[in-house]
Amino acid sequence: MAEVTPQEVRHIATLARLKLSDAEVESFTRELAAILAYVDTLREVDVTCVEPTAHAVGAHNVFRDDAAQPSLGENMALANAPQRQNGFFRVPKVLDQDTV
Amino acid sequence: MLSTATQIAAQVQSRERSAVEVVRAAFAHIDARNSELDAFIAIEHEAARQQAAEVDRRIASGDSNLPLAGIPIALKDNICVHGMRTTCGSKILENFTAPYDAHVAKRLRDAGAVIVAKTNLDEFAMGSSTENSALAVTRNPWNTKHVPGGSSGGSAVAVAAGMVPAALGSDTGGSIRQPASFCGVVGLKPTYGRVSRYGLVAYGSSLDQIGPLTRTAEDAALILSVIAGADARDATCLDAQVPDYRATLGGPLAGVRIGIADEYFGEGLGEETRAAINSALAVLREQGAITADIHLPHTRYGIACYYLIATAEASSNLARYDGVHYGHRAAGATDIVDLYAASREEGFGAEVKRRIMLGTYALSSGYYDQYYARAMKVRTLLRRDFDQAFKQCDVICSPVAPTPAFAFGEKTADPLAMYLADVYTITANLAGIPALSVPCGFDPRGLPIGMQFMGRPLAEGLLLNLAHQYQQATEHHLRTPPAAAQH
Repeated sequence: MAEVTPQEVRHIATLARLKLSDAEVESFTRELAAILAYVDTLREVDVTCVEPTAHAVGAHNVFRDDAAQPSLGENMALANAPQRQNGFFRVPKVLDQDTV
Repeated sequence: MLSTATQIAAQVQSRERSAVEVVRAAFAHIDARNSELDAFIAIEHEAARQQAAEVDRRIASGDSNLPLAGIPIALKDNICVHGMRTTCGSKILENFTAPYDAHVAKRLRDAGAVIVAKTNLDEFAMGSSTENSALAVTRNPWNTKHVPGGSSGGSAVAVAAGMVPAALGSDTGGSIRQPASFCGVVGLKPTYGRVSRYGLVAYGSSLDQIGPLTRTAEDAALILSVIAGADARDATCLDAQVPDYRATLGGPLAGVRIGIADEYFGEGLGEETRAAINSALAVLREQGAITADIHLPHTRYGIACYYLIATAEASSNLARYDGVHYGHRAAGATDIVDLYAASREEGFGAEVKRRIMLGTYALSSGYYDQYYARAMKVRTLLRRDFDQAFKQCDVICSPVAPTPAFAFGEKTADPLAMYLADVYTITANLAGIPALSVPCGFDPRGLPIGMQFMGRPLAEGLLLNLAHQYQQATEHHLRTPPAAAQH
C-alpha cells in the first residue's frame, strides 16, 4: 500500500476545499492508498526523453483577435446566484477586520 | 418496428408526418416506459412541443435545410440547454438552469431536431454504471436489476427502450461506448476536437468528447454530420472539414485491415464476450475485411494513466462549484472558506469527492512529478503504440467491457474494481482517437454484448461504415428489450 496518512488526507481536503467528516477521512485514507498503490505501476515505465502530451491531437496556441465579444450579461450571470445584491454575488466576509 | 432517426427526418421533411405528431408519439413511448426505467432527469414537454411546431412552420415555409427534421432527441444532463435545468446528476447543481446553449444543442436545433429530455448520468460523468447519480436510478431495459452502464446510462436507455431514436452522451474514459454496449445500441466517441465541448460541463478537458447514441450506425452518421465541426468558443476544437458521414456508408470493406491486439483478448475477458466478438469478426471477414495481429504494449498502464490525468483535470474543473455563483450554498457558513468547504461537502457525492481528492493529491507539491507529470509522459507512449499499430491496420477491434451489464451494487464496494473494467475504452480517450461501440450479440441471460472499433484521428467515416455493413449482415440491433418488467 502507498503511504497515505489521515493527516495527508486532511491536508488534501483543505486544498480541495472539502469539509470531510471523520468517517470520510478514514475511508478516503484507505481508498486513496489502494488507488495510489495501483497507479504506482507507472513507475515501471521508462519515460526517459518522452515529451508529455497536453493536447491529444496536437493543437496548440489557438488564438483569436483581442477584440471584445458579447458575453452573458449581468442578469444572466446572476440568474442562478444563491444570493445577489446590487449586481454583485453576495458572500460571507472574505477579510477579517484584523487582517485589513 | 420503431422508426430510425433517418426515417423520421425523411418523413417530416416530405410532410408525410408532422414534427408535432412525431413528438407526441415520442412522449407516448416515454410515458409508457420511463417510470420503470427512469432514464430522464427532466422531460421537457412544453419546450419540445414549441420546438416541433417551429420545425413544421419552417418546413411549410419552404425551408429544406433541416437534416434532422422532427427527430426527438435527448441530451445527457451535463450538456447545457438554455432555459432547461442542467444538473450533472448532482445535488450541487440540482436547481441550476443553463443560461446558454451548448454548441451541439444549437446545431441540433438549427437542423430541426427536437430536444425532448435531459438524461440521467453518473454525477459529473464520473462512473461506469450511472449508480453515482444523486438524482435518479436508471435501469437497464434488458433486465431492470442490472445497471445500464455509465456515465451516459440515461442516454443509452432512452434509445435502447425506444423512447427516442437518438441521444447525445459524453465520453471521457468510455462513458458513451460502455453504456451503449450494456444496452445494445451504437455509441460513438469522436476524435478529440471533432465536436465542440462548448456547453459541455467539463470533467477531464483533454479527454471529454460529446457523441451520439443510436440504434443504427446510419443514424449515428447523420447526427455526427450535424454536431461536428469547428467552433470559435472551444479552442481545442479541430478546424477540419466535416464530411457527410452517410455518403461513405456502404463502401466496400475489401482489404480493410482489422487489427487484433492480444493485450485486449487475454485474461479477464468474459467467455461470452470473446465468442461474440469472434463471430462478428467472421462476419466482417466474409465481407472482405482482413484481420492482422498487432501489439499495444503499454495497454496495461492505461487505467493508471487515466485515473491520474482525468482526476487531476477534474479537481481543477470542479473547483468552480463553491456555492458563490450558482448551485448549492451551505447555510450557516462562518466565512468564505467555510462556505466553499461546506457547500462542496454537502453538494458532492462520494465518487466525485474521491476523484477530486485523488486529482488534488496527484497535482500537489511533492507529488506532481511522480504522478501527474509521469502520467502525461505515459500518455505519449500510449499514443505512439496506436501510431505504430495503425501502420499495420486501418481499424483496431476490441471488446468494450469485460462482461455484459452487471447487477446493481455488484461493484460499488470497491472503487478500484469499478475502475479496472475501463481497460478497453480508456486508451482511445488518452490517445484522442475515434472509437465506436456496436452491438454484436447477447449472453445466455439476454444481456447485450458490444464490440469496439478504434481508428486513426478523423477516421469516423471508416468506423461508421464498418458498423453499418456489419448491421446490414446481422440482426442484433433489431432485437428490442422486453416491454414489461423482467424479473
